[in-house]
Amino acid sequence: MSAFRIVEAGDSAIVVEFEERIDPAVNARVVAVAGRLRAEPVTGVRDVVPTYRSVAVYFDPLRTSYDALVDRLEREASAPVARARPELEVIRIPVCYGGEFGPDLSEVAAFGGITESSVVDLHAGRTYLVFMLGFAPGMAYMGVVDSRIAAPRRETPRVRVPRGSVGIAGSQTGVYPAETPGGWQIIGRTPLKPFDLSRPDPFLMKPGNRVSFFAIDRREFEQLERSWQPVVS
Amino acid sequence: MAVVHVTRPGLLTTVQDRGRWGFQAFGVSVAGPMDRVSHRIANALAGNPADAATIEITLVGPELVFEDERLVGVAGAEYEMTLDGQPVPPTGAFVVRPGATLRFGRRVHSARAYLAVSGGFDTPPVLGSRATHLPSALGGLGGRALLAGDRLPCGAPMKRPPDAARARALRDASLGAVPEGAVTLRVLPGPQSDRFTDDALEALQSAPYRIAPSSNRMGFRLDGPLLTHTRGADVISDATPLGALQVPASGQPILLMADRQTSGGYPKLATVITADIGLAGQLGPGDTIGFAVCSRGEALTALIGQERRLMAVEAALR
Repeated sequence: MSAFRIVEAGDSAIVVEFEERIDPAVNARVVAVAGRLRAEPVTGVRDVVPTYRSVAVYFDPLRTSYDALVDRLEREASAPVARARPELEVIRIPVCYGGEFGPDLSEVAAFGGITESSVVDLHAGRTYLVFMLGFAPGMAYMGVVDSRIAAPRRETPRVRVPRGSVGIAGSQTGVYPAETPGGWQIIGRTPLKPFDLSRPDPFLMKPGNRVSFFAIDRREFEQLERSWQPVVS
Repeated sequence: MAVVHVTRPGLLTTVQDRGRWGFQAFGVSVAGPMDRVSHRIANALAGNPADAATIEITLVGPELVFEDERLVGVAGAEYEMTLDGQPVPPTGAFVVRPGATLRFGRRVHSARAYLAVSGGFDTPPVLGSRATHLPSALGGLGGRALLAGDRLPCGAPMKRPPDAARARALRDASLGAVPEGAVTLRVLPGPQSDRFTDDALEALQSAPYRIAPSSNRMGFRLDGPLLTHTRGADVISDATPLGALQVPASGQPILLMADRQTSGGYPKLATVITADIGLAGQLGPGDTIGFAVCSRGEALTALIGQERRLMAVEAALR
């Protein structure tokens, strides 16, 4: 069993913290605790928010028994995590790398002292874990990126990063779900929408999911972009 | 469905309800009113349940034309207001006739007013809420602040709306003053007070902080006594509660407000208590905030007292 502590975050939030590192094993505990809290909610709880190594529970202090909530969190945090079973399903994300869609591909290649096509091979060559979502609706923080392409954030963030941009920030990778400002190194773009309110489930990726990327060319990108337009009913 | 026409939008007028809860795990911010107490009073004055949507009015108010008869409730900041050219009291409830024009004029007191119409504003809910979140363009009308020419849909009003005169009297008698310019907010230490020097909480309480011009609905950048980290200004990103004081490398805190992101990577020294956070919503750039550490018991007592007063107002208006 791994160590944890329970920390107050004001009068209407409480946080269970596991070991202070970005680690799939630690994150598995986070996702498990958050899942159990969602499956059997405590009265008065408004939101359960898993992040890399902690779970925040937001509650209404007027409707929640604080002591009962703490007891429950202690119980869940110390419960053994079900044996890690590799999820069969991997979310596969098509990416058109480089060119206009990936303006930082050359910089990431220079960072690793490798070719641009090696960057693509390394990025598309492994399966990533969704550690958490944050920053914007549907923005998944995934890892762990191969150290040869783990380029740090840009010194000056861009004012506008287009929706679908695939980026690297150190050991993390992710897909911008909307046009926002952003500082990640942009190496490509996907026609998939990580956040789409027209889908029954608007969120493509969730904490604990596994994700891989595969390369497509510009023509395939445009075809996919057209074919995945939401059906108007 | 009846609408309210927006003929002048004001500086930053947004549709808000109690917020978009339950989706922070997917990066969806809560949003909601900056001053949740005044939002709730506006709803009570208009005879609405507490979960109805109001509009939040910031510093410069709008001009609105009503299509049908409605009871209107206004709470929070005070503006000079006219209804078809005749002055109306800045807060309270009044009936508008079909075609009436309500004009917000000079701001007299505080930053944000809340305007409710009987039946509530009935913009399409997004993920269960009508709250506008500006950075992600969700909720309200197209996820943005109101513009001239907008038509705000209104829900069906209650059969028997509260008596306007009684509503005004109650509001004035039952609730404390809305702050203007300066306020002291109570905080609980944490969640990461252990990442600061021992005297950081003392420093936080030693002098007021001034709200910097770059502040907005996401957060207030504060200038004041320096807060010193012990292990650097980066933490592994974690959840960011309303009212948390996060401290980047500059040592100057940012008070996280309604439109904050769901997570962040700076240590958080302390968190403003729920009963007090709405007071911050009545401040703007240049105003000052003092902080005072309190206990969990005090925080809960304050919240229960506030809830009792609000429930008494709601009950009296029913």
